[in-house]
Amino acid sequence: MKEKLEKILDEAMTQIDASGQLDRLNDIRVAFLGKKGELTSVLKSMKEVAPEDRPKVGQMVNEVREKIEYQLEEKKKLFEQKLLEEKIKSETIDVTLPGKRLGLGHRHPNTITLEEVENIFVGMGYSVVEGPEVEYDYYNFEALNIPANHPAKDEQDTFYITKDILLRSQTSSVQVHEMEKGKLPIRMIAPGRVFRSDEVDATHSPTFHQIEGLVIDKNITFADLKGTLQEFAVRLFGEGTRVKFRPHHFQFTEPSAEMDVSCFKCGGKGCRFCKGSGWVEILGCGMVHPHVLEMSNIDPEEYTGFAFGVGLERIALFKYEIDDMRLLYENDTRFLKQF
Amino acid sequence: MDTSLSWIKAYVPELDCTAQEYTDAMTLSGTKVEGYTELDKNLEKIIVGKINKIEKHPDADKLIICQVQIDEAGSEVQIVTGASNVREGDKVPVVLAGGKVAGDHHNGAADGGIRIKKGKLRGVESFGMMCSIDELGSSRDMYPDAAPDGIYILSDNPQYAEAPVGADAIEVLGLHDVTFEYEITSNRVDCFGVLGIAREAAATFGKKFVPPVVTETGNGEDVNDYISVEVQDSELCKRYTARVVKNIRLAPSPEWMQRRLASVGIRPINNIVDITNYVMEEYSQPMHAYDLDRIEDKKIVVRKAENGEVFKTLDGQERTLDDTMLMICDGRKAVGLAGIMGGENSMITDDVKTMLFEAATFDGTNIRLSGKKLGMRTDAQAKFEKGLDPNTAIEAMNRACQLVEELGAGEVVGGVVDYYPVKKEETEIPYDVDKINALLGTAIAEDEMVSYLEAIDLKVDRGAKKVIVPTWRQDLERMADIAEEVARFYGYDRIPMTLPESSATMGGLSEKLLLENTVRDVVESYGFCEGMTFSFESPKVYDKLNLAPDDRLRKSIAISNPLGEDYSVMRTSALGGMLTSLATNFSRRNKDVRLYELANVYLPKQLPLQELPDERVQLTLGMYGQGDFYDMKGVLEEIFDKLCLTGETEYIPDAQKSFLHPGRQANVLYEGNVVACLGEVHPQVLKNFAIGQKAYLAVVDLAQLLAMPQKTVKYQGVPKFPAMVRDISLTMKKEVLAGQIERVIYKKGGALVESLELFDIYEGEQILEGHKSLAYKITFRAKDRTLTDDEVNTAMDKMIAALKDMGAVLRQ
Repeated sequence: MKEKLEKILDEAMTQIDASGQLDRLNDIRVAFLGKKGELTSVLKSMKEVAPEDRPKVGQMVNEVREKIEYQLEEKKKLFEQKLLEEKIKSETIDVTLPGKRLGLGHRHPNTITLEEVENIFVGMGYSVVEGPEVEYDYYNFEALNIPANHPAKDEQDTFYITKDILLRSQTSSVQVHEMEKGKLPIRMIAPGRVFRSDEVDATHSPTFHQIEGLVIDKNITFADLKGTLQEFAVRLFGEGTRVKFRPHHFQFTEPSAEMDVSCFKCGGKGCRFCKGSGWVEILGCGMVHPHVLEMSNIDPEEYTGFAFGVGLERIALFKYEIDDMRLLYENDTRFLKQF
Repeated sequence: MDTSLSWIKAYVPELDCTAQEYTDAMTLSGTKVEGYTELDKNLEKIIVGKINKIEKHPDADKLIICQVQIDEAGSEVQIVTGASNVREGDKVPVVLAGGKVAGDHHNGAADGGIRIKKGKLRGVESFGMMCSIDELGSSRDMYPDAAPDGIYILSDNPQYAEAPVGADAIEVLGLHDVTFEYEITSNRVDCFGVLGIAREAAATFGKKFVPPVVTETGNGEDVNDYISVEVQDSELCKRYTARVVKNIRLAPSPEWMQRRLASVGIRPINNIVDITNYVMEEYSQPMHAYDLDRIEDKKIVVRKAENGEVFKTLDGQERTLDDTMLMICDGRKAVGLAGIMGGENSMITDDVKTMLFEAATFDGTNIRLSGKKLGMRTDAQAKFEKGLDPNTAIEAMNRACQLVEELGAGEVVGGVVDYYPVKKEETEIPYDVDKINALLGTAIAEDEMVSYLEAIDLKVDRGAKKVIVPTWRQDLERMADIAEEVARFYGYDRIPMTLPESSATMGGLSEKLLLENTVRDVVESYGFCEGMTFSFESPKVYDKLNLAPDDRLRKSIAISNPLGEDYSVMRTSALGGMLTSLATNFSRRNKDVRLYELANVYLPKQLPLQELPDERVQLTLGMYGQGDFYDMKGVLEEIFDKLCLTGETEYIPDAQKSFLHPGRQANVLYEGNVVACLGEVHPQVLKNFAIGQKAYLAVVDLAQLLAMPQKTVKYQGVPKFPAMVRDISLTMKKEVLAGQIERVIYKKGGALVESLELFDIYEGEQILEGHKSLAYKITFRAKDRTLTDDEVNTAMDKMIAALKDMGAVLRQ
C-alpha cells in the first residue's frame, strides 16, 4: 500500500512538473484527486486494509493529497505569475506618444501681467477699483489740475465725444472718483483702458491700458513712494532689480518723478531692449498735488499722498519680449496660446 | 530743445565734464537729456594743410597732384585729388593717412566713419585726403562758406585764414563739441532757452552761472520818432516792446554765433536774422524783424483779425483767418500773424535799411489754438505756446540790440517803445523746512536747502520763511513746488526708501472683478483663449452684422475727432471685434479656434450724449472648428453653475438676432430676464467677415448676471435610498422642443423625479415623416424612503398622459 501511494505521489509530481499550462493542472487534479482519481480510488479500497492499519493508511493518503495539492498550488502560482508577466509585457505602451489634453484656454498676456501687479498691491493692502472709460472732462483733466486750454491737454491727444465728455486719456481720473468718496485713508490701484489719438504701429495703439495707484493718508512721504515702488519693481521683475527716480513734471503731482528699473534682460549692462542704457522707463509718479487734494475736499495740511501710473502693455511687452504691440490686439491663437 | 556743450560753457565757464557725465547729472536733477551727438565723432588726424604746389596727373585728366604742407616747419605730403576747386596757396582741412573722416562727399556720415590710408591713384602715391564739409560730418547748411562741390577752402574765410598750418582743423572749425537733446517738460518755460538750461547746469554741478551782461545801447535819437505802438487787446498781448535799427549792414554773422546756431540745427543766414534766432534760443523769447520802410504810417497796431481776413505770410502762403487770431498791423494793413509768422509784405530783404525789432509777450493758449487752426507750427509759436515771462521780452530786446552794435550790423536808435500795462511781479511762497522734510521723508538742514534754492536764483528770506520767486519761474506756486526744487538738487537718489507706516487697510478685488475672474476660469477650462479688441468700431460693422436699420445696437456714441472711420464710434457690442478676430485666425489657417473677450460696451442713454453712457461688461464667446451649438450652450450652463445662479433658466428659440442663424439661436432667460444669447453665425454674416466655416457666438451680459443674487451653496445629503430608473421613448412632431417635454416630465413627475437624461434622438425611416423620437432615462428617488413600483408607475402614468396631450406618443 505504501509503495502504491508513493508511486502515485511520484507520478503526480512528475506530471505536475511536466505540465506546460494552467489548464493541464486541473486535469492532473482530477486524475489524482478527483472523484474517480487515483488517490480517491485508494481510499475506496480502504476496506481491503486491515482495520488497525486504516488510520495509518488514511494518514498516508492525506499526506500524499496534501503534497499533491501543495505542489499543484505552487505550480499554479508559477503559471499565474508567468501569465501575468506575459500579459504585462504585451501591454507595454509607448509613453512618448502625446498626452490627451482638454486643451485649456489661455488668459491674455495683458491680463496675466495685470494679475501679477494686482497681487503685489493687494498684498500691500490696496483695493482694486474701476472707473468709467467714457468720462467727464472734469475728472480726466480739471480735477487733476489741468484746466481748460492747458497745453498738457494737447499733449495727450484726447478723443472727445462732446465738449465735456471724452474718452479718458489716463486712469488718473479714477483717483478723483476715489477721493470724492470721502473715505480716508485710500490705498487703491485702478487698472483700465485709456485712449489716445495715436495711429496704430509697433509701439502705439489708440487703446491701451494703465494701472493707476493712489495712497492718501497722514504722514505719507516721497520716501514712502520710493519704497513702495521699489518693492513693486522687485516683486514684479525679480530680486536684484534696481530702481532709479528722475525728476519729471505732471500737473497733478508735486514733486513728480519718472521711475526707471534696471533692465531685466541684461541686468543693467545695456542691451537692445534698454537701447544700451541699462535702464527701462516704467512709470510716472509723484506726491499728490495739494491743489488736487483741495479740489476733492481733502485738507493738504492734514493729509498727503502719492500716485503713480504704469502702462500695462509696456510691462507686458518687456516681460514677454514681444516686439510688436499689434500682436496684443490681433487675437491670433498661435500668439495667445503661448501665455 | 537742443544745446551744444560749448554754448552752455559760455555761461558756466567752470563747467568741466564729459558728455556722459553731463547727461547723467542733468537728467537726475530734472533736465532730462534724451541723447547727445559728438560733432567730432570719427574725425581723426585732420589738420590745416596748405597747398604749396599743384601738378597735373600724368595719366588722368581729372586728377591733380598736390604737395601739401602739413606743419609750420614746412613738411610736405603728396595728395592726389579729383577736386577741381583748389589752388596753390589754399589752406584746406587735410586728413593724414591713418586718420578718419565721418563720411563721404555724396552720402554724408557713415557708420564708424571712413579710415583713410595711403594709396596710389593711377600709379601716383597719395598720403591723405583733402576734405569737403560733408566728409567732416557737417553740411553747407551749417557752414555756408564751404564750397558747394569740392574741398572746403579754409583760407577763403577771413576767420580761418590765419589758422596756422598743422593746427587741428576740427578745433579751427569748432567741431570739438557735443550737441545735447533735451526733453523739457511744459512747466519749465525758462528751460526752452539756453540760459535757463545753463542756470540748471551751473546749479547741478555747483559752478558759477555767468549770464551775459546786457549793456545800454542806442544813439541819441528817440525811437518814438520812428514808431508808435497801439495794442487793442491787452489780454492776448501782455507786452509789446519795439526798437529800431538803422543803417543796416547785412553780412555773415561771426563764426562763434554761426557755430552755436548750427549746433542746435539753425542755419546761419546773415547777421540780422542770426541775431534774432540767437536771442530766441538764448532767452526763449521769439523776436521778429520788420522792414521799417514798409511799415506804413510809422505805426504798429496789435488787433484781432477779422473773420475771413486773408493774409500772406512770409513763406508765400495765403492764410484765411478768423476773429480769434491776433494780428500785427501797421497804419493800413496787416504785417504779421502775431507770434506765429511775419508777413511777406514787411519781411527783411537784402535791401533793408531800417528795421523794427519786435519782442512781445502773446497769450500762449491763443497762439496755440491759432496755430492749430491754421495748421502751422513755427519755432516762435512753439516758444510762445508755453506762456512766456513778459519780463524776459525787454531783456531779449536789449540783448539783440547789444549784439547788433557788437557785430556792427547797424545803428541802434535810442530808447524803446514798451507797451506793458500790467507788470508781472516776483511772487512769494512760504517755506517751512520741517514741512518740506516731512513731505520728502528727509532730514535736510536749512542751510543746505537754502543753498539749493539760491543756486537757481531763488531768493530766500529766512526770517520771514519765504522764497522769492523770479517771474521766469512761473511754475513755482506753493510749498510742494519748493520741495521739488530742494529734492532735485539734494538728489532723488539720496531720498530714503520706506514703506508707509500709517493705518492698515483691507486690500482686495471688487466683487465684480472676482466674478470676472471666475468666468475667465470657466471659459478657459473649455479651451477659450482671451482676446482683446479695440473699443472703437466702424459704423459699417452694423451692416456686416446684418442688423436691421432700427436695431438699437446701431445707436452708438460717435467720437468727434476719430482716427478714421474704422475707429469712429464706440462699440455697442463686441461682436464685430470677435468676428474679425475669428476671421483673422481663419485666414491664417488656425484650426479649432475658441476666443473670448471680457469687454465693455458703451450704450448711450440718449444721443447726443448728455451724461455718461451705460458702460457694461459683456462676455463674448466665439468659436469655429470642433464644437457646435450645444458645446457653446454647455459653456453657458457651466458659467451659470459656477456663479451659483441656480434659478430658473430657459433657452428661448428665435432670439431675433439677425447676425445668427434663424433656426439655430436662442435667448437665455434667467428668472425671466434675457441675460445672454447664443447661436450659430448667420451664413451671410460669415460671408461678410470672410469666415469660411460654421462659427458660433455667445454674448453674456455679465453686468446683469453680476447683479443677480447668488444662491450660497448649502450641503444636500448624499442620497441614502436607492433610485428607480425608467426609460421612456417618445415620438412627436419635429417642432416640439425637448425643453417642453422636459418641463412636462418634471412637472408631472413632481418631487420624485431626481434627474433626466436624454440619451437618444432619432429621425428617420422608422418614424413618421416630420416627426422625431426622443429617449429619456428618468431617475426617481425619494429622500426618506425606498420608492415602490406603484409610486413610480403612478408618476409615469401622469407624465405619459400629459405628454400625449401635447402630441408626444409613447413609442412601443
